[in-house]
Amino acid sequence: MAQDNVIAADALQMEREWKLPDRGTIGVIFLIITETALFTMFVAADLIYIGKSLTGPYPKDVLEMPIIATVCLLSSSGTIVFAEHALRRNDLGKFKIWWLVTILLGLYFLYATGAEWHKLIYEDHLTIATNLFGTTFYSLVGLHASHVVVGMTFLLIVFITTIFGFPIQTQERRVKFLSWYWHFFDWVWVIVFTVVYILPLKVF
Amino acid sequence: MASIDYPLEHPKAEALTPEFSFSESLYKWVATVDHKRLGLMYVVSALVFLVIAGIMASVIRMQLAFPLNHVVGPDTFNRLFTMHGTTMVFLVGMPMVAGFSVYLIPLMIGTRDMAFPRLNAFGFWIFLLGGCLLYFSYIGGGGLSGDGSAPDVGWFAYAPLTEKAFSRGAATDYWALGVLLSGVGSIVTALNVIATTFCMRCPGMTLSRMPMFVWVMLIDAWLVLVALPPLSAAQIMLELDRHLGANFFDTQAGGSAVLWQHLFWIFGHPEVYILIFPAFAILSEVIPVFSRKPLFGRPAMVGAVTAIGFISLGVWAHHMFAIGMTSWSNTFFAASSMLVGVPTGIKIFNWTATMYGGKLRMQTPLLFCIAFLLQFLVAGLTGIMLAVAPFDWQLHDSYFVVAHFHFTLVGGLVFGLFAGMYYWFPKVSGKMLDEKLGKWHFWLFCIGFNMTFLTLHFAGFLGMPRRIYTYYPGRGWDAINLIASLGVIPQAAGILCFVWNIIRSSLRGIPAGDDPWDAWTLEWATTSPPPEYNFEKLPVVRSSRPLWDLKHPQDPDWKYE
Amino acid sequence: MFAHALNAYLQVQVPGVAERRITDIFKPMGTPGYAEREAALFTIGVTAVIFVVVAGLIVYTVWRFRRRPSDDSAQEPPQVYGSNQIEAAWTIIPILIVFVLIGVSARVIAGVENASPPPKALKVRLIGHQWWWEVQYPDYGIVTANEIHVPATPDGQRATYLELTSVDVIHSFWIPELAGKTDLIPNRVNYAWIDPRVPGVYVGNCAEYCGTQHAQMLLRVIADTPENFKTWTEQQQRPAENDPQVSDARNVFGSLACVNCHDIRGTPSVGKFGPDLTHLMSRRTLAAGVLVNDTKNLRAWVDDPQKAKPGCLMPSMKLNDQQLEQVVSYLQSLK
Ligand code: HEA
Ligand code: HEA
Ligand code: HEC
Ligand code: CUA
Ligand SMILES: [Cu+2]
Repeated sequence: MAQDNVIAADALQMEREWKLPDRGTIGVIFLIITETALFTMFVAADLIYIGKSLTGPYPKDVLEMPIIATVCLLSSSGTIVFAEHALRRNDLGKFKIWWLVTILLGLYFLYATGAEWHKLIYEDHLTIATNLFGTTFYSLVGLHASHVVVGMTFLLIVFITTIFGFPIQTQERRVKFLSWYWHFFDWVWVIVFTVVYILPLKVF
Repeated sequence: MASIDYPLEHPKAEALTPEFSFSESLYKWVATVDHKRLGLMYVVSALVFLVIAGIMASVIRMQLAFPLNHVVGPDTFNRLFTMHGTTMVFLVGMPMVAGFSVYLIPLMIGTRDMAFPRLNAFGFWIFLLGGCLLYFSYIGGGGLSGDGSAPDVGWFAYAPLTEKAFSRGAATDYWALGVLLSGVGSIVTALNVIATTFCMRCPGMTLSRMPMFVWVMLIDAWLVLVALPPLSAAQIMLELDRHLGANFFDTQAGGSAVLWQHLFWIFGHPEVYILIFPAFAILSEVIPVFSRKPLFGRPAMVGAVTAIGFISLGVWAHHMFAIGMTSWSNTFFAASSMLVGVPTGIKIFNWTATMYGGKLRMQTPLLFCIAFLLQFLVAGLTGIMLAVAPFDWQLHDSYFVVAHFHFTLVGGLVFGLFAGMYYWFPKVSGKMLDEKLGKWHFWLFCIGFNMTFLTLHFAGFLGMPRRIYTYYPGRGWDAINLIASLGVIPQAAGILCFVWNIIRSSLRGIPAGDDPWDAWTLEWATTSPPPEYNFEKLPVVRSSRPLWDLKHPQDPDWKYE
Repeated sequence: MFAHALNAYLQVQVPGVAERRITDIFKPMGTPGYAEREAALFTIGVTAVIFVVVAGLIVYTVWRFRRRPSDDSAQEPPQVYGSNQIEAAWTIIPILIVFVLIGVSARVIAGVENASPPPKALKVRLIGHQWWWEVQYPDYGIVTANEIHVPATPDGQRATYLELTSVDVIHSFWIPELAGKTDLIPNRVNYAWIDPRVPGVYVGNCAEYCGTQHAQMLLRVIADTPENFKTWTEQQQRPAENDPQVSDARNVFGSLACVNCHDIRGTPSVGKFGPDLTHLMSRRTLAAGVLVNDTKNLRAWVDDPQKAKPGCLMPSMKLNDQQLEQVVSYLQSLK
């Protein structure tokens, strides 16, 4: 049929211009949206319960600002970008170095969290069951830390496969998504840090 | 209509149906990542759960048929309505959302599968695991102490009733974990739907040409992504309370009982729109085809669902008018709730306008749509009454609310789903459903449903609270409850007609052909049932009704776009 | 604000009924209920009009445009894609309607919620328990259960202000003829008020699911005439009756575990877990409205509470017949 030819010719032309977003990109963006919703609820619960503990220990008695850990985590956002750039320039050596630095910074952050919890539990006797401060503190910081652990696992997988000569260039997309995810949890940490450490210590 | 086979060259029929042994075909189902098989599995599991929860509802109605009746005791009754509500919402409604989306979206946007096929399979199995876990509570719910069985905390599980102090055993844990897992399934499926609609459309299928069904399910998926995490958060907090001794909802330790309500309804209200959207989506396909006219005001329809999606995030506290909020909060939430009525009204009007001036083919799918329109109108207007906070102080937690939400969920959602199933069954199975049985199904279910739930509004006016396992005679509730209970009989008969219709028609129904309804969207351009790869050659479209263009080359839609 | 209109409305009511068991929310006997009824009737009126118009439109469309056998099936109807004017109309009109409804709601919300107590208001503290109500009158030093005595107040000047809270889970206060619901929430105090205009017994249920026996957590508001209310308070303020005729029975009671859960003022029985029994016989019902308070029911209740109210938190005390007789006779002396 004549009409069919028209459509077909037209179709070819359209097919050439037909471009859609990358599904990985869309997937990660919306994953981050839904994670944001999850964190928002925990942050809200934390805000509601600031200063509502019936018994001590209270934040001002036991909390110390984890400044170094924070600096490490935030700077890892920078180093992962350097790694990404190196990869884009095909500079595998630089990529490995920056990637390793990111991993180390992340690991230090996790170590600092662990040390903080150890001190709180064994020296200050603050557990999740002690009071509302303990409840909100461990659940929010723990939720964030558990996401860092997940991110860390992926960072390590990428690192190990690279070391063993896996052609990391084919992974460029995954590295990009991993870095988005990592940035996201850095930003979440900024919020967690504000509501857990700054507000109760400085404001209330 | 010679060229319906566009754009597919039909593969040979034998090539489609090779013989498999039972274990081979079982393996094919279990290990499948094909969106059509997963979609079917979703819908079939949802139907199984619908019958289970429907039987529970029947027992509830038996118990309430007479005052001081003794069919079941208080504990059993409380478990029945908890499991009935939870099952209906999370194991019937949600998998129906997922099932219809993953089956139809790839076909409608002219592609071969979802964006993440394996994630799709994961979503289904984790949903099923969640459902099984919830039902395992009947065996394991007693926990180590052995008392208790299924959860008895109501489908919204208000704290502190769910705390260890008031809910011993493991029943509430099964509730929280089962629902949490099925929620994870819904979230990954929603991610998948979004990625599919954004990234997998066939050439020419711009967003503005996407079928209305896909649009509505896209917004629905977005709503799932933002609305389900609050529920997950609440359930995680609850489990922290129950197992690690945290104090989120422990009022003795200063925790707040209201926090749970906020978290739950921040999820719960958008959830009810998540549940009704598939029905909106189905109506937007069925009504035009059976009226032989395009959907009236397409852009406004897209705008309306989007508006509903956004506004519904800001109305949650209308479930909490009785908790003693300030008059400002009450007014705010009353106002925002009523505002949802505006875009919803637009939808109802546009569907009616679509029918107006058409040539309505009064077949079963359209009958269900028309009943939907009338019943959902009642449901929405009773919703408006509930949104008037002072009126709600009287109606809250009474049978009026039960009537309202069964009008939305049964009179709306379930009727919409039935319309969809009659409409797409020929595509899925290659066979037509029987029209006569379909009419029986429709009339029985419609009459039974109205018998049960129209009457229950009046029980609410007479002060009957919900979730009571028994009541005393002489309060004016007896006749109402008896009629309501009798209404279950035609409803069950209707559903039996449906089940029988499906079984009989799949075995020896009339072959449907590719396009039995003379429809306009791409799923009708492939064979029935579609081959594994959907389309041999990816179609190319130029308007929102590609098959109309093809069937009416002198007057195609794209000329007007 | 609504008091004046209510008075006019009550003119046509027949007052003086003993127990009003039909709790029709459209026949209110107090100001909050009346205000809520006003909002309700207005809303029902508006929605009814919307229903008639829209349903009429749908039914007309279906009827008028249904396909008839005579229709030429190959001929498609004219393809209409939309119309901006019509769509604008059915967007704007609903918005206007909604604004009217918001205005009415806001007015009634404020009228009920922000009403300030009249100077002579009575203060009552209502505390929810699984599955009964504790009623305290802080100004009178009275503690009772399940039945709230208040003065009927034909002019609304002796309204009762309720302070609502709970010791366990969430319950909800609801006397349909007097006022809508307000929840009793642990670790939080809510307020509600009622002003029954005519004497009578107003019944209601706990309206928030609170566990096994939520269904049988009934509540009665007994609106007395001012004189009767005065007599009632005076009688309740007295310590427990110390009838010498039942001193044996009293000793039996004192030796049982009942004292761990029940308070009888002026005796060693000081438990707080169950209802105060000091003036048990002044109550019409037992166990939150489940049983009429007569000898037979009282005996049955003390013998095995789980029979009348399965799952309730009072255990069966496994008393022998003699103990049972004596406990019941002692309880019956608690006038
Ligand atoms: C599919 C599900 C669904 C849908 C779509 C709705 C839709 C609406 N619901 Fe409903 N609702 C539930 C499911 C649903 N609801 C459930 C499950 C519960 C109980 C949960 C529980 O407690 O267990 C509930 C409870 C519930 C409450 C709380 C009651 C209480 O517990 O006290 C309220 C209060 O405001 C409410 C309001 C509304 C409103 C305003 C709408 C609106 O969206 C309706 C909008 C539609 C229309 C208004 C009709 C069409 C419009 C027109 C014809 C235009 C003209 C109209 C006007 C100008 C008004 N609902
Ligand atoms: C999608 C949601 C949905 C659906 C479809 C239904 C369907 C029905 N519901 Fe449900 N209901 C809820 C969601 C739903 N409900 C929710 C959320 C609650 C709140 C729970 C809570 O308070 O926590 C609730 C609560 C609820 C109550 C209130 C309980 C209480 O407060 O005490 C009642 C009482 O009448 C009721 C009745 C019914 C009835 C009669 C049906 C009928 O329409 C059911 C019809 C179906 C059948 C009758 C099954 C038929 C099939 C067969 C009989 C086939 C048998 C056989 C074989 C295949 C072999 N429901
Ligand atoms: C473990 C605590 C406990 C013990 C022991 C106990 N009761 Fe109770 N009692 C309760 C509770 C709780 C209720 C309220 C039950 C309900 O309505 O759900 C109650 C209710 C009552 C009532 C009805 C009060 C009313 O106003 O409705 C009476 C009478 C009563 N108990 C008498 C007794 C007697 C007599 C004994 C001893 C033989 C006893 N109780 C032992 C907890 C207890
Ligand atoms: Cu107390 Cu329901
Ligand atoms: Cu809602």
